[in-house]
Amino acid sequence: MRIQYNFAFLDEGSKREIRRATLKAIAIPGYQVPFASRELPIGRGWGTGGLQLTLSLIGKSDVLKVIDQGSDESVNAVSIKKLIDKTTGVPATDATEAATLIQSRHRIPEVPLRTGQLLVLQVPMPEPLRMYEPSELETKRLHGEKDYSGAWLMLFEQIMKYRSVSTGADHPVMVNDRYVMAPSPIPKFDNPKMNYSEALILLGAGREKKIYAVPPYTQVVSLAFEDVPFEPESFPGHSCRQCGAEDVFMDELYDSEKEETYYQCNDTSYCLQRMNAQPLV
Amino acid sequence: MGQISSPIMSVRQLNKQFGKGCEQCSNSDNRKLERNYCRACGTVYSCQNLSFDLYPGEVLGIVGESGSGKSTLMRSLYFDQEVTTGEAYLQPYKEGAVNLFQESSQQQKYIRNHLMGKVYQNPVLGLRMGFSSIGNIAEKMIAAGNRNVAAMEARGSELLDQVHIPVYRMKEAPKKFSGGMQQRVQIAKALSNNPPILLLDEVTTGLDLSVQANVLDLIKHLQRELKISMLLVSHDLGVIRMLADRTMVMLDGRVVEQGLTDQILEDPQHAYTQQLVHSLL
Repeated sequence: MRIQYNFAFLDEGSKREIRRATLKAIAIPGYQVPFASRELPIGRGWGTGGLQLTLSLIGKSDVLKVIDQGSDESVNAVSIKKLIDKTTGVPATDATEAATLIQSRHRIPEVPLRTGQLLVLQVPMPEPLRMYEPSELETKRLHGEKDYSGAWLMLFEQIMKYRSVSTGADHPVMVNDRYVMAPSPIPKFDNPKMNYSEALILLGAGREKKIYAVPPYTQVVSLAFEDVPFEPESFPGHSCRQCGAEDVFMDELYDSEKEETYYQCNDTSYCLQRMNAQPLV
Repeated sequence: MGQISSPIMSVRQLNKQFGKGCEQCSNSDNRKLERNYCRACGTVYSCQNLSFDLYPGEVLGIVGESGSGKSTLMRSLYFDQEVTTGEAYLQPYKEGAVNLFQESSQQQKYIRNHLMGKVYQNPVLGLRMGFSSIGNIAEKMIAAGNRNVAAMEARGSELLDQVHIPVYRMKEAPKKFSGGMQQRVQIAKALSNNPPILLLDEVTTGLDLSVQANVLDLIKHLQRELKISMLLVSHDLGVIRMLADRTMVMLDGRVVEQGLTDQILEDPQHAYTQQLVHSLL
């Protein structure tokens, strides 16, 4: 028996509720809007927040791209693409420029996003103050009063312990000079891409039941101290072994046969595109 | 001092009740209470019409048995809880022209972080036990708008040195410290922004005698060197005798007697004070 699912899996009532929360999130940049997270055929904590955003927003004319930690072809990305394809028939692409809707886990693509594109990020921990204050009631109050000493205190603690800011990912940002926001575990390298982004960025946390957003052309500043400035990852002197790119976010890999480390673009579609453009030797 | 100075803090008609009150107890002039408790409706009147002044550089002692409203008064003054009715004025804040209890919670946070310091009886309330000691001290400075790591670290280690905690242990969490050390970290934290007013709530209760002496010595020193005004709550008359210039005696939420400490200890007027002084070992 073949079950006839509604277009984009979710029923229309659910989609409408999620869209409403999304509109509110866009209206208050960086503010976490609660929503009734739905059951999905994937487990909570595996991208259900992002998936619900994608499913509520996707239309028949969209072109979809799904990235999992920079890769278009990992299991999670492929499963999500299959689910969306089976319930909507919307074509998927790997090319960032061709996509209108991009769901991503923990990366912002290397190709700059443009007006009209929509980036959906999956979020495990939407509350930037959670490690400082376990109570949701209290953190809501802290956001309301714009009391973000906790966010700075956590950075201060890292500096005391390790002599530098040690957040590799999910480095807190101040959105529109009002709300401190967890940018989801994107590397610090991607934080500056959020600042005055041309594309709309939506963040969804399915397990924590929160939706928040960075509208286009919104100021996003990474938190930093006067004497310890914000420093994104850099890879001085290294280039991608496959495509030769520099100034991109790279994975450090180890070749056990040659016993050496090498670097490779983390964004696989970007790397592939560059290689295809290069003349054959 | 010598010359007559105006009070740094004035409290007028402070009331704090827990419960709604009823016909029998809502009129403060002729309420029928059993101690501070209304048998008819179960309302507790913790603070009733408290009025007093605190002068610059003075230590005002507050004694009374447990349940007399000392800690409730302190919590109200530090905005840990809302008062039912009442006024408080702080000379350094808007020239003492504004009732602090009427200010927004953001302004109250400002006052807490810039103009006051509090040391709780239980260090768990005043410190984040899992964060480093230096981080705990920095928290108050961050809250007051400091964003310079080096400056905060320097000030923090200076304070820890002042309260006799070895600076090489500053990165350890207070949960690893003894009770007396935790209390001293709290004092260092309370002092971090050079507040003109310090609220001390049973700071030596539960500490053994040698540590008590140590902490008292420190407070005495702070008062002499830094000329900080202090409100000192204790049920230990020995502590009051050593530190307080003036003393208020509280019973069932009311001030039953106030005056110079020596006067109160040598010539108590109120029956309760007499009993209290005579039960001194």
